[in-house]
Amino acid sequence: MSTDETTADTTTTSPILIALAWLMVGIPLAYGLWQTIDRASALFTG
Amino acid sequence: MSRLDKSAIVAGPGYSRWLIPPAALAVHLSIGQVYAFSVFKNSLVDSFDTSLTAIGWVFSIAIVMLGLSAAVLGTWVERSGPRKAMLAAALCWGVGFMIGSAGIATSQLWLLYLGYGVIGGIGLGIGYISPVSTLIKWFPDRPGLATGMAIMGFGGGALIASPLSNRLMGMYDPSFAPTEPGAVASGSALAQTFVTLGVVYTVFMLIGAALIRVPPGHGDDTTAEHSPGTNGALVRASKAIRTRQFWFLWVVLFCNVTAGIGILEQAAPMIQDFFRDNGTSSVSAAAAGGFVGVLSLANMLGRIAWSSLSDRIGRKPTYVMYLGVGAVLYLLLALFGSSSTVVFVVLAVVILSYYGGGFATVPAYLKDLFGTLEVGAIHGRLLTAWAAAGVAGPLIVNGILDRIGEPGNLVASDYRPALLTMVGVLAVGFVANLMIRPVDESHFDQEANSANEDRISKRQEASR
Repeated sequence: MSTDETTADTTTTSPILIALAWLMVGIPLAYGLWQTIDRASALFTG
Repeated sequence: MSRLDKSAIVAGPGYSRWLIPPAALAVHLSIGQVYAFSVFKNSLVDSFDTSLTAIGWVFSIAIVMLGLSAAVLGTWVERSGPRKAMLAAALCWGVGFMIGSAGIATSQLWLLYLGYGVIGGIGLGIGYISPVSTLIKWFPDRPGLATGMAIMGFGGGALIASPLSNRLMGMYDPSFAPTEPGAVASGSALAQTFVTLGVVYTVFMLIGAALIRVPPGHGDDTTAEHSPGTNGALVRASKAIRTRQFWFLWVVLFCNVTAGIGILEQAAPMIQDFFRDNGTSSVSAAAAGGFVGVLSLANMLGRIAWSSLSDRIGRKPTYVMYLGVGAVLYLLLALFGSSSTVVFVVLAVVILSYYGGGFATVPAYLKDLFGTLEVGAIHGRLLTAWAAAGVAGPLIVNGILDRIGEPGNLVASDYRPALLTMVGVLAVGFVANLMIRPVDESHFDQEANSANEDRISKRQEASR
């Protein structure tokens, strides 16, 4: 596929579907990040 | 034609390419669990009434199987397409957990080796490479960003799995308190946790498989328009592994991973040893645990940040940074790391971000060298460097430290020989990177190249 095609970004995909897909992976990732930051904070407070 | 075949998952007109990274992330976030396996170690040792070494083999088998299956099955993954590969990865990963759970429930360690180690490990290898070539094809303008997003997920998977597993074990065994040192969950809680994780990861990966599509025109490799390498190269995997470029890049990845693992493996005791005076460390065990968390974040964020940067500055300069600046940082760590905890942490953070970046940038480097014709299969073969470094890195560091003293009694200067060895390892990788030149035309797949050029010129004519 050409660069022209991909960068055109003319899409018929529902923005809701795109948002849901990103939320599906974003929520667990945010949970993991939060837990890790919480644990990492012990470096500065422990 | 099966609904799983590549030809059945060609995106329709207007299908957004921004659905592909979450599909890939669904797989990588799931299989990234493997790096949180240590969360089960104490409970498994107690449940099987065996040694840490015997349990450690479960992880080692899984990582070796990752490298082997990626290398052996890479061509199958490339030809079958991402949906079939993701389905296979999901089944292997899920079944691996189930068999592992049966092993725990019946106290048969060999079932854990077979399930999580061998079958799960095959799922890891297939899952790791399954979305990579598809992402590169969807994002030919930003391959570093695209693969960085997915491979960042592998780092992120461990961040999710560790607290999630502790919660599950606590839920199935209310007497289990993960914050207490030496706490162990019951065998029954472990077995139920494995089943739960197996089901959750399988479903999550299947959603990724349902979302994935190949770009228009990529339903059949023989008629697809491929993105050639920087000098117009389209090289098949069987030819690629006979080029010097492949093996130089193998050395580059091996050296980068070996050096990073050197710190990762020893992170918690290392920071305590660096600031030990008269037998007592000024860094508490809790702070050392926090340091491991900081390194996990650096490892994950380095994957997306540096890999995206490589789209702008080029792949070779990016590896010059990983290996050249990395070697200087290792040297500074060896010589001045004990001067203050801030200096130590900053140096280690940047080094670990380069470690993650090295994993995430390599598929785009392969694309630049060999084109997209069989980049997934070539990537699979290159991952044997990871498996080899996974053995070599800890062997080098532990071997040197074991000769110097006992854990818990070491000081900063005791680490110098190991760290200076890693400077040498990075220097070897640095030279190997500088030796990488565009692939000679004699290695190109002439048939694929000329057919591809015809397709490109026809498309350009049609668009005029």
